[in-house]
Amino acid sequence: MSPELGRFALSLACVFALAQTILPLIGAQRRDRRLMTLAPGLALGQLVALAASFLCLVNAAITNDFSVSNILENSAVAKPLLYKITGVWGNHEGSILLWAMILGICGAAVAAFGRNLPSALKARVLAVLGGVAAGFELFCLTTSDPFDRVWPAPLDGQGMNPLLQDPGLAFHPPILYTGYVGFAVPFAFAIAALIEGRVDAAWGRWVRPWAVAAWAFLTCGIALGSWWSYYVLGWGGYWFWDPVENASLIPWLSGTALMHSAVVVEKREALKIWTVLLAIGTFSFSLSGTFLVRSGILNSVHAFAQDPARGIFILGLLGLVIGGSLVLFAWRAPALTAGGLFAPVSREGALVLNNILLCSLCAVVLTGTMYPPFMSLLFGKTISVGKPFFDAATIPLAIPLFAFMGFGPMLPWKRAQLWPVLRRLWVAALITLVAFGINLWGLSGVLPVLCATFAVWVIASSATDIASRIALFRVPLSQSLQRARSLPRSAFGAALAHAGVGVTVLGLAAMSQAQHRIVEVHVGQTERLAGYDWTLTGVKTEPGPNYTAMVATIEIRHNGHIVTVMHPSKRSFNSQNQTTTEVSIHTNGLSDLYGVIGDRHGPAANPTYVLRLHYNPLAPWMWFGALIMAMGGALSLSDRRMRVGAPRRAPLPDAVAAE
Amino acid sequence: MNLGSLCRRIAMALFVAACAAGPVVAFAVDDPSEMLPDPKQEARAEAIGAQLRCLVCQNESIEDSSAGLARDLRKVVREHVASGESNRQVIDWMVARYGNFIRLSPPVTAATLLLWGMPVLALLIGLAAAFLVFRRRPQVAPLSDAERVRLDELTRGS
Amino acid sequence: MSDELASRPSADERRAVTRRRLMMGLPLAGAGVCGIAFWKMLAGMQSGSFNPHDINAPVTGRPVPVFTLADQTPGTGFSAEDLRALSKPVLINFFASWCIPCIAEMQALLSLQKRLPIWGVAYKDKPENAAGLLKHAGNPYARIGSDREGRVAIDWGVSGVPESFLIAPGGTIVWHSAAGLDGDEVMAGLDNVLKRIGA
Repeated sequence: MSPELGRFALSLACVFALAQTILPLIGAQRRDRRLMTLAPGLALGQLVALAASFLCLVNAAITNDFSVSNILENSAVAKPLLYKITGVWGNHEGSILLWAMILGICGAAVAAFGRNLPSALKARVLAVLGGVAAGFELFCLTTSDPFDRVWPAPLDGQGMNPLLQDPGLAFHPPILYTGYVGFAVPFAFAIAALIEGRVDAAWGRWVRPWAVAAWAFLTCGIALGSWWSYYVLGWGGYWFWDPVENASLIPWLSGTALMHSAVVVEKREALKIWTVLLAIGTFSFSLSGTFLVRSGILNSVHAFAQDPARGIFILGLLGLVIGGSLVLFAWRAPALTAGGLFAPVSREGALVLNNILLCSLCAVVLTGTMYPPFMSLLFGKTISVGKPFFDAATIPLAIPLFAFMGFGPMLPWKRAQLWPVLRRLWVAALITLVAFGINLWGLSGVLPVLCATFAVWVIASSATDIASRIALFRVPLSQSLQRARSLPRSAFGAALAHAGVGVTVLGLAAMSQAQHRIVEVHVGQTERLAGYDWTLTGVKTEPGPNYTAMVATIEIRHNGHIVTVMHPSKRSFNSQNQTTTEVSIHTNGLSDLYGVIGDRHGPAANPTYVLRLHYNPLAPWMWFGALIMAMGGALSLSDRRMRVGAPRRAPLPDAVAAE
Repeated sequence: MNLGSLCRRIAMALFVAACAAGPVVAFAVDDPSEMLPDPKQEARAEAIGAQLRCLVCQNESIEDSSAGLARDLRKVVREHVASGESNRQVIDWMVARYGNFIRLSPPVTAATLLLWGMPVLALLIGLAAAFLVFRRRPQVAPLSDAERVRLDELTRGS
Repeated sequence: MSDELASRPSADERRAVTRRRLMMGLPLAGAGVCGIAFWKMLAGMQSGSFNPHDINAPVTGRPVPVFTLADQTPGTGFSAEDLRALSKPVLINFFASWCIPCIAEMQALLSLQKRLPIWGVAYKDKPENAAGLLKHAGNPYARIGSDREGRVAIDWGVSGVPESFLIAPGGTIVWHSAAGLDGDEVMAGLDNVLKRIGA
């Protein structure tokens, strides 16, 4: 398991990937079955080679092989085993390798699960995936070699920043990357469809589960990153509108649009060209976002080694993948036939509106993120675009989206009337109205009130949707249950995911009302925040493995009853001359009590301590909602129709005409 | 060391896995003595501070940053608020020194028109495109493939 | 799809097809423009002519702000009036002993002070530390003011040390650099301005 073996395996994977690109494409063009059937085997071969290569790097990390410069720079003997393994993808080179491996897994999954795909389509999809993978593997081999050696090998590595040694951050990249890379599959399907010149209902059904799966992973990845910054950074913030965060939000928004428009393709064969463009766009955003960050163009706090030389290679790769696919789109898309017709007021119409709003949001985030470097390039002026802009520009677009989310899923296909649907939603509307009253009384600010109200509307109407589908309370309960059993799981999944959005938005709206206090107290002193009495009862010094910690004990009482005792601490690391704050969070599901200890002041005999106390209402709901969304996606995926029910394609009309 | 390069050095030293959320520069708890005694004025100062960028960091407001310059600017904001200046005046004072770069929400000018207009522009383009597509569609559905095949059969049969 | 049922396209339909083709080319055009812009940015970053992380405070062309600096050593402090009263250009340089790039640019400042006077501002620095640095590295400054609190620096729009300003006679800021003066590009920029104002 030497690094050289790893590099060899990576080269082998690259060869497999190139073969996977070229041979099936030729086969599909010539209708040569032998060449086409090579694709799944090559995809599996590529994955095995990539996995071997990845394991070599993991092995080097576990065995402390500091002759590998990547391990030397990011690991140390004293690092816990878990972080030795997860540290493999905590740096540029390793993360590219992980990226390539996930792409390999996607390819192998298409090969394994796509048994009922027409052979030409399958060959082309695998070819496109192989092509993208080959690009990454070449990038890895030429400019970001994770197996680079140094001589002589030092005895110990340089270690990893303590802030990053955290389970949340350790598993954040693989989940997020699976989201990003997962969108490569809809992308490959879109390219294959453009080559074939054919998009139909069956295509929509094949694409949708991949889009849903990628979306669910991306949702989890974004939520995990946000949660990490909440509990690690220690000032109650959870989203910064930083370019790196935006880089994950942009494909999430367009991917959400894709997931919805693919439904229209599947059910009604409409919005075909648009869906193909979204599939290309979403993957393009996934690619360019992460890589622009690595090139150093975008101003970000999350630094990777920023290297313009590497950027040129990346830009070339992006140009090839994105430019090539858009050329193909411009050339072939006009030939795609228009699909099923529908009235503006219909399920399709609502989904079109959903797409317009989501894509507008996507455009706003994209523009806000890219404006500073463009301004600087074109006019030589430097400007900043931050949280105040994004809050002001996105929330007014999001509110109508929530409003339409309520009744969109209840509209019938093709042609609908609004009134009967709205009448079915009267209970939900009533609940929303009550919620509006409560919000007016309890929340300050127009936007939080509106957001919280429409969040309740989304949750209530999602429940109504399911209730009305199973005719709850209109027919005997046993019959309703019977109906619920026969209701497709994807319907439950969609309603659950929508409710998850509502839960997240409620959390966000409530968090705008968060309270905090910064106080300087003696031991024994009590401070009041949000109806709680916070008492600093003691501070002691505790040694850690490679740090010394100042640990505070804070008792929190509510009306005299003790709620919790928390122990926030501040660690001073001996070697890196660095301090980290360990937040202490007590949650009861409805709110977080969040305590941080800061500096010590005053005489040693009677010192004072700076405390930062936060009361964060509904904070856990923000991430809990994201989890519900992802679970909704998973529930949809478990729908049998998504997996095996893929229909056989209608025969091509020209084949019929030839008879 | 130059503060900007210090920030950058810290950032470089920390390889965050591609897309971790949140800045890596750990937050240092503020000094409570910085805060204004009047809670109303303090709230106003915090609101102003949230609009101002910590120049040497990336995308953090001066309220969120632990950099030395951010601390100085927080102090300046509080002095100006305490002396009774309006939010506008404080921000203008900052812009006069550091340019529009210090504003996290850029002013509407000819150069930022596209940025601020984007929400409306994107929505209008989307709605207009949808409207045009709907209008141009024929009101009567054309034959589907299956129907066309059937029609072929019928016409051939006759 | 099946052309046999479609009649020959009319001029209107042909126009519609052309319009459709143009529409489908729009994403490509957009991506192309972005691609070229990114390429220009990367090329500029490599050659040093473009830095997306630059902070350019809008100071050039303005009169010096109103300020008074305390003495670093007795009699060396200065104020806005001193700058306005000058008949020759002067370079104002913010520095600190705790700032490594400042120490790095000292050599360049020492050779520069033969061409024009340099006035220093010790930024957030204890006088004894600043004095220690100048004793060790050499003193390029004709006058030195002390800005212990860093408040004068804010009036000048300084975001970090080292930072330098060229003041023309009469007290107008004509040039500004947020980078150390040890880079060729920075020095070339300063030379140009010095030639322009005839010094």
